[in-house]
Amino acid sequence: MSKAGSGAAAGQPLLKIQDLHKRFGLLEVLQGVDLDVARGEKVSIIGPSGSGKTTLLRCINYLEKPSAGHIYIDGTLIGEKKVGDRYVHLTDRELARERQEIGFVFQRFNLFPHLTALGNVTVAPIRVLGLSREVAELRGREMLQKVGLGHKADEYPERLSGGQQQRVAIARVLAMQPKLMLFDEATSALDPELIGEVLRVMRQLADEGATMVIVTHEIQFAGDVSDRVIFMDQGRIVEQGPPRDVLGRPSEARTREFLKHIQDR
Amino acid sequence: MSFFEILEKNGWYFFTTLLSGWPATLMVAAGALVFALVFGLIIALMRISTWKLVRWPSTAYVEFFRGTPALVQLFVIYFGFPDWGYQPTPIQAAVIGLGMNGAAYISEIYRAGIESIHRGQTEAALSLGMTPASAMQHIILPQAIRTMLPPMTNFAIVLLKDTAIVFAVGVLEVMALARQLVTETLTSAPIYLMAGAMYLCVTIPMARIAARLERQRQAWH
Ligand SMILES: Nc1ncnc2c1ncn2[C@@H]1O[C@H](COP(=O)(O)OP(=O)(O)OP(=O)(O)O)[C@@H](O)[C@H]1O
Ligand SMILES: [Mg+2]
Repeated sequence: MSKAGSGAAAGQPLLKIQDLHKRFGLLEVLQGVDLDVARGEKVSIIGPSGSGKTTLLRCINYLEKPSAGHIYIDGTLIGEKKVGDRYVHLTDRELARERQEIGFVFQRFNLFPHLTALGNVTVAPIRVLGLSREVAELRGREMLQKVGLGHKADEYPERLSGGQQQRVAIARVLAMQPKLMLFDEATSALDPELIGEVLRVMRQLADEGATMVIVTHEIQFAGDVSDRVIFMDQGRIVEQGPPRDVLGRPSEARTREFLKHIQDR
Repeated sequence: MSFFEILEKNGWYFFTTLLSGWPATLMVAAGALVFALVFGLIIALMRISTWKLVRWPSTAYVEFFRGTPALVQLFVIYFGFPDWGYQPTPIQAAVIGLGMNGAAYISEIYRAGIESIHRGQTEAALSLGMTPASAMQHIILPQAIRTMLPPMTNFAIVLLKDTAIVFAVGVLEVMALARQLVTETLTSAPIYLMAGAMYLCVTIPMARIAARLERQRQAWH
């Protein structure tokens, strides 16, 4: 897959973002973001609404095309390739190949309503990885078991609670065995009593050594689970560091203000 | 002779003659439907393309076929194609004509169906590593089918009725035979009414199927 510059040995970051900019018309939503994430690292991103957190995650797997800057996974450019000294866009097929390595968990789950839980979890391994149905279902059931939903394999999404749906969505991502997992406010569409079950699954993944970038408003969870917390505001990283620093004694006024605002709610 | 006397005397003859037109009517309708389903999907996929160069011809196609009479299109195919070295049989001309015309309408049904599926579905599929084409085939179209089936059934009804114009290029379908009967027997009302009743016998059940599909569309299972 990533022959060139395979960074596994070199200790280079799994995810490298260089001077990322994203504009929607006149609005510059990301104004130069640099970020390295090491293999096995858990990074939480917090920040006020509209600060560009979702856009940043969407750029990482190229659901959103950056206006400028570059993103590397394991040393491989995402969404483009260098030909001579020019950058050209990847074909659909090449881009799809890169996206296999990046799992994305959406705020609104986005399960496929015409497929059962097991169907949701096996469709990509079958269609993308070319696994046989038997092998894919074996893997799929294992992943559903892992998120505590082995008994719901044959249920359709509309018959599942929000928390269960999100756990199926996580299992769907796990079945592709991605190198990197992105979570965009995975619990903020859920009723309060359902948040815990999803956070538990995420914590378990973190304990197993997954590399995770987590956008969240669950400050406590971010503090518990992350190696590093990033505070974003107005399209920039304002402050970052270990949770006890950024959440405990932030050095930036804007971070303090945001944390106070969150706690007041 | 009164209406009923005519029917009593010639009714069975009318009926069997008109009935012999149904194979042609059904063949044209089915052929044109398949043509329109396949070609319409291609047009629809072109119309939602991000490439202007792909989108433009498909838009022009839809505008042209919806903006001109089907009869004109039929004549172009039947009387015009020979000039370019292809002489279609009447049935071929009818299938191609109604099929190309139907593709323009059906492409709009496909397009509306595809666009009714939330963007998050495509994004989820892409994020799992599917190509856009694979996402369309395995995620979007299977869902869109549910939205599309009722209007597709309604379209099939319209198509069946529209086969009544293809006598103009010489297809011996129900309407052509009705006209022959009228010339032959110099009666018209009983014959056309009987032909109409025959169409109803097919279209009413189809309309009921469409209504049923519409009701079932709400829930997934
Ligand atoms: N497709 C788009 N077109 C135009 N503007 C957009 C688009 N997507 C996002 N934006 C704008 O970009 C800004 C950042 O949005 P983004 O969703 O990244 O913020 P966020 O930090 O995730 O916020 P939240 O906490 O509310 O989810 C917002 O002002 C938003 O309105
Ligand atoms: Mg967001």
